[in-house]
Amino acid sequence: MKYVIMFTSEPAQLADVPAERLEAIYGEVYTWFDKYGPSFADGGAELQPVTTATTVKAGRDGGEPVVVDGPFSEAKEVVGGFSILDVEDLDAAIAIARTWPYLVLPGISVEVRPIVDHSGDM
Amino acid sequence: MADVGADLALETVVRAESGRLVGLLHRSLGDLDVAEEAVADAVAEALTAWRRDGIPDRPAAWLHTAARRNALDRLRRDARLRARLPSLGEWAAGSRAVQAEPVDGVVPGDDERLALLFGCCHPALAPASRLVLTLRAVLGLTTAEIARATFEPEATVAQRISRAKRKIGAAAIPLRVPSVGELPERLDVVLTVVATAYNEAYLATGGPDPTRRDLAEDATWLAGVIATALPDEPEALGLLVLLRLHQARAAARFDGGRLVLLADQDRSLWRHGEVAAAIELLERAAAMRRPGRYQLQAAIAACHCEAKTWDETDWLQILTLYDLLLRHDPSPVVRLNRAVATARVEGPDVALAEVDALARPLRRFHLLHATRAQLLRDLGRLDEARAADRLALAATGNVAEQALLTDRLR
Repeated sequence: MKYVIMFTSEPAQLADVPAERLEAIYGEVYTWFDKYGPSFADGGAELQPVTTATTVKAGRDGGEPVVVDGPFSEAKEVVGGFSILDVEDLDAAIAIARTWPYLVLPGISVEVRPIVDHSGDM
Repeated sequence: MADVGADLALETVVRAESGRLVGLLHRSLGDLDVAEEAVADAVAEALTAWRRDGIPDRPAAWLHTAARRNALDRLRRDARLRARLPSLGEWAAGSRAVQAEPVDGVVPGDDERLALLFGCCHPALAPASRLVLTLRAVLGLTTAEIARATFEPEATVAQRISRAKRKIGAAAIPLRVPSVGELPERLDVVLTVVATAYNEAYLATGGPDPTRRDLAEDATWLAGVIATALPDEPEALGLLVLLRLHQARAAARFDGGRLVLLADQDRSLWRHGEVAAAIELLERAAAMRRPGRYQLQAAIAACHCEAKTWDETDWLQILTLYDLLLRHDPSPVVRLNRAVATARVEGPDVALAEVDALARPLRRFHLLHATRAQLLRDLGRLDEARAADRLALAATGNVAEQALLTDRLR
């Protein structure tokens, strides 16, 4: 099962985060991509409708990240990048998404969306 | 009367089997839609056939056979799904075997039922969808029954169910019991859904429709399934005890169709044997030393159940339990309930100040106004009490509560 994971942030919420902290997390991102390398697939793809989306948000007060239904239309979120995962099911995708290093910061979220599978269209 | 017998038998079988069956069919077919609709159709067929021919010897096996046949028919009719048929050979053969020699109690499925429940309560589904999907897929309620229980239009319920099922399929939400690491968080969602189902039923009790299915019993039964499957989870036990204690007091809640408040209930009508058994379970949960909101709510209910009269209730202990509960669930509703105990321990004036502080978040909640009214009456401020009762009356949609408040305002 393939999923696009979209990494988003709210710039307003990140304004007060010290530059050194951001840099340190940026370093962890490389390790993260190495660690989950085997779960990544190449290329872009058509997405399922937005109603199929699930969002993992940074937890309150440094708590565990939480999983919720759908994207938040009221939030001023910016997509900073995206990757394609090829994993067993949604729980496997969520398990990787919730370890995204930036999730320790406020306003960070990772959207997980299944890709339309056209392989059975023949 | 034969109709009533068939309906009751069907209700019992549906409650016990439909979740198990949907889970089983889903595992064979990989399609929740087909599984759930096949079972719903089998239930409809059963009602017609059993009313006509009487209840079969093995109602569960009957339902299993009908649901399997329906699922196969659906797959054969649906071109989109036809590609899956060749892989179903083994399963279809098994289905014929069941048809030839149905045996109760040998069908595997407790795991499937629990897996289905966790899938329906997945955090990736909208909270309102989790409840309706659980009622539909695990407990086998019809869309109309769910609409009645949740006070929502049937169209809204139908839309929620189909959207949730679509998401389970499209996003590959797995239907399985989560691993130990994920279990506490996921179990909490499942318990919330079961508790919500019970609350919806509890509020609707005494409504205008006497023939409606007893969702309160369904929810209590489901809490029992969870607690049996996960015996090391004290909160699962806690919820089961809480619902059983409520059920044990159910006979005293109504007198000739009229709602009776806890303070005025005839406590000889409570099923004290069941209370004692439930409290024993609660002690087993407490021994695991992982307190949570359901264990604490159950402990509060146990205090009420053990008191000989409203006045002899151990209010100090209840107040202490509410303080602990607030750490797990700092919601305004818990604060409101705590204020009732405050009134008994520290006096109605202290309690009224606590309740007034909740006026903004709970202004649409009828029990805020009803509680205020009671405290104002205790303080001799009768005009203000009547005004508060009128606000409570305007805020509740429940017939029995409306009747009680109307009486009080006379």
